[in-house]
Amino acid sequence: MLSAVASLTTMGIALGGLLGVASRYLAVEGNPIEGEIKDLLPGSQCGQCGYVGCAQAATALAKGEAPVTLCPPGGRALAQQLAAKLGVKVDLSAISDDGPKLAQVAEEICIGCCKCIKVCPTDAIIGAAKQIHNVIREACTGCGACVDRCPTEAMTMVSVPVTLQHWIWPKPALNTAVAAHA
Amino acid sequence: MSAMNTPISSPHTTTTQSVSRVMITVMLALVPATLFGFWLYGWPSIWLWLVTVAAATLGEAFCLRLMARPVLPALHDGSAILTGWLLAMSLPPWAPWWIGAFGGLFATMLAKQAFGGLGQNLFNPAMVARVALLISFPVQMTAWVAPLPLDAIGAPGPISGLLVTLQGIPSGLDAVASASLLGFAKTELSRGADLLQSLSHAPLQTWFGSRSGSLGETAAWLIAAGGVVMMFLRIITWHIPLAMLAGIAIPAVILHAVDPARYLDMPTHLLSGGAMLGAFFIATDYVTSPSTPRGQLIFAAGCGVLTYVIRTWAGYPEGVAFAVLLMNALTPIIDSYVKPRIYGRDRKGAALKAQR
Amino acid sequence: MGFFERIFKEPRWGVHPDDHKRPAADVPLRVLPPPAKVYMPLQQHVGGAARPIVLVGQKVLKGQLLAEPSGNISAPIHAPVSGTISAIGEVTAPHASGLGFTAITIDNDFENRWIECEQVADPLALAAEEITKRTAAAGIVGLGGATFPSAAKFSLGRRLKVDTLIVNGGECEPYLSADDRIMRDRANEVVDGVRIVMRAIGAEQALVGIEDNKPEAIAAMRLAAEPFPEVKIRPVPTRYPMGSDRQLIQTLTGREVPADARAAEVGVLVHNVSTCAAVHQAVRFGRPLVERIVTINGGAVKEPGNIFAPIGTLVAELLAFCGLKEDPARIILGGPMMGTPLPHAQVPLVKGASGILAFDAKEAFMPEAGPCIRCGNCTRACPMGLQPLEMGAHIRAGDLDGAEKFMLGDCMSCGCCAYVCPSHIPLVQYFNHAKGELWAKERTKLRVDASKRLVEARAQRLEREAKEKAEAAARRKAERAAAKAKAAAEAQGQAEGETA
Repeated sequence: MLSAVASLTTMGIALGGLLGVASRYLAVEGNPIEGEIKDLLPGSQCGQCGYVGCAQAATALAKGEAPVTLCPPGGRALAQQLAAKLGVKVDLSAISDDGPKLAQVAEEICIGCCKCIKVCPTDAIIGAAKQIHNVIREACTGCGACVDRCPTEAMTMVSVPVTLQHWIWPKPALNTAVAAHA
Repeated sequence: MSAMNTPISSPHTTTTQSVSRVMITVMLALVPATLFGFWLYGWPSIWLWLVTVAAATLGEAFCLRLMARPVLPALHDGSAILTGWLLAMSLPPWAPWWIGAFGGLFATMLAKQAFGGLGQNLFNPAMVARVALLISFPVQMTAWVAPLPLDAIGAPGPISGLLVTLQGIPSGLDAVASASLLGFAKTELSRGADLLQSLSHAPLQTWFGSRSGSLGETAAWLIAAGGVVMMFLRIITWHIPLAMLAGIAIPAVILHAVDPARYLDMPTHLLSGGAMLGAFFIATDYVTSPSTPRGQLIFAAGCGVLTYVIRTWAGYPEGVAFAVLLMNALTPIIDSYVKPRIYGRDRKGAALKAQR
Repeated sequence: MGFFERIFKEPRWGVHPDDHKRPAADVPLRVLPPPAKVYMPLQQHVGGAARPIVLVGQKVLKGQLLAEPSGNISAPIHAPVSGTISAIGEVTAPHASGLGFTAITIDNDFENRWIECEQVADPLALAAEEITKRTAAAGIVGLGGATFPSAAKFSLGRRLKVDTLIVNGGECEPYLSADDRIMRDRANEVVDGVRIVMRAIGAEQALVGIEDNKPEAIAAMRLAAEPFPEVKIRPVPTRYPMGSDRQLIQTLTGREVPADARAAEVGVLVHNVSTCAAVHQAVRFGRPLVERIVTINGGAVKEPGNIFAPIGTLVAELLAFCGLKEDPARIILGGPMMGTPLPHAQVPLVKGASGILAFDAKEAFMPEAGPCIRCGNCTRACPMGLQPLEMGAHIRAGDLDGAEKFMLGDCMSCGCCAYVCPSHIPLVQYFNHAKGELWAKERTKLRVDASKRLVEARAQRLEREAKEKAEAAARRKAERAAAKAKAAAEAQGQAEGETA
């Protein structure tokens, strides 16, 4: 009986010591998940999440300090992806998902002040002083920074209309009466 | 006209086959063997069958109600009845009612609904229940009786049959108890007597039933006929039955040729125990077997070989249930490694080189 | 099928749904009376939408060019009737979504005046490039339903030096018989078209695959092809989807098209019989593609059959011509296996529409979906060798990337899996949904990458501007300092000069 106690104790100490040594010398530096999260974010550094840039938001997300619903331009799809990557449960009903929105200039109201051009993170607005401004749709990320800057409220966010090319079949509704899983 | 909020996808036509039709066809294929078994073993077996099927159905209904799902549509597909039926086919025909009840409830509630219902279970529910019963109640589960056909003298009628099922075999019918052939062979071998001697006074067995065993065991040829009908109707394919029977037959032939005194011969192996029932009805269960033909061959060959190994060298005389459960556990691995070759790609999934 | 064969020789792929082709296939071809209005969509083909070159109010002749192709893969649109352009606007597209697209509306003047058509006495004497040019100008696209611009396919075939033209007379979808009809009635046109296409792509032989449930078509084509030994008629077993080009190529030639390659890379090119007949009309008679044979069938149709109608006719008019017994429970463009459900009948007939089906309630009934019982019927039916049950399970669980690993991209949405499923699971909808979502994800990723590049470019621009500003400021400072020093030096020099 004594020999059993002794042998188990010795094994415990030895293996525990091995684990401790491994945790010191084989530790993984940094958090690789941060890079993956950063790739998911839009990258326009718009600041709507409250962090200075997407990299800082990624760090906060990796640490678990920020909610996965922090990115308005990413919308519901991004929140779902972040939740999946971080393995957290998230209630997505609060995020209104009318789809992606792009900025649009109401040309009759625009006074050509260039204030919006200065804040656009992707230089998606073309125009010059006293000239009508316009938004290049392919470059707009929908961050909304220009809407706040416009002094005449000529800038609005409009939903991208669904066209034949971009329409997607909806997922079949589950017959919860008989089928089980989602 | 369809509302465009929910567009209807192609295809706009579908087969008339349904899950209930499949289950009903399987049950019809079991009917000849079951009726023959009822005739051979009399009223107690009929009552036991009823209790088992009822318990299986009740267990399923209870679980569905607990999960707040509509009960009737799910019961309508007939899978619970089939599970109970197959379990009843593998029980000793004169077993007490609580064996059937416990087994039926265990099969549908724990081995099927607890995993998520139809299509989600990992192990064959009937075999799980049989193994649970065998381990928990070894005495009752090995109390085989010699056949006492319905028209024979001394066979219990409906009410006395019901009493046999409810209260156990009365003292007047004691002589009926008998060992199954496999059980007899194993006991004799463990005593040291070799097969050539012991088989001369083995329990009665003929090629057309009348051997003691479970309902599914005695009517081996009728089970096989039902299985062939199912193959003809394309409910099952030839892969699993052929591979499983080959997995039992090939080692049997080889080893019997090497040492007939120690190893039973191939026809005995194929016609005894649950070999036929297992090959045609148990191992072919859709949910717990691989979905590709090659995978099914591997799975069934494994079932057959394991059955032979357990019968010959392990502690239990009958190995089908254990073999099937062990191979069920390997089904996901078989499915992930054995995939069909995709058109235009090689076996590994890389695109082919263009050749004229 | 013998007992032994039934158990041991299961067909390798596909399904065999009920035919439903007769009696519609045996009814003689009828010509639709000229419709009062036609709506010619600008997008009836794979590729860029055509650009209109006509204006509202303009008078056009039958066959006149209405819209020119835009981009490398595109096709022109021509007027199917003579009349006046009354609108260029949105009509409902023949698409499950019910969304609209642009179409040119022509009010028929019922005079049926054609443009000047240039006839060619011997098309086979023309150069391959010339045939291709005329085919392109005629707006010919794959009439089997794929609607790929045929001229682009000819060029591809020539470039890759194909040796065999496979002519698709399969028509494997139930209910449809338009190709059957054109082979029975106009076999000479089809064979002539086949020979012209052979010349255009440089093929040495043509194999015409016709399913063996069309014996009359086989006989008619054999008769028409008799003088031309290079055009070989090959009956093929009836099985859906035998008309799929990959399956037809393998059945007729034994060649297997690699997953990431096109048919031309194994030396074959596939064209539908109706497309070949259209090429005959275009090259020999100079007529652009403006009319086609379409099957009107289904339980709700009084007199089902094949109708020769102008493209752009409203589906409602076609159904009214054949008569409806009742309000259809569902209208489908195409066949039942892969056809598009139409939101309503006010949808124009497009070039790729080989059939319009009006289903009654019994035909349209689809049972409720149940749980997957892992029977494997779908895996056995899939012509591409995929595992629909696994892909479906992953998509149901939201794991689209997992589904992609099972080669979801190779799925051609033929519908065999959903057809054989005893639980009636809408597998094709799962796959189409997943393909759409994955494609949208890919587009979003490209967009995000582009945004990142733009953000970087902007940062660089700001940096550059700041740098230039700093340099300019430094330069001005240096100039000011130099000027100051010069002024000081001059002042000093003056002072010295004064004292001197």
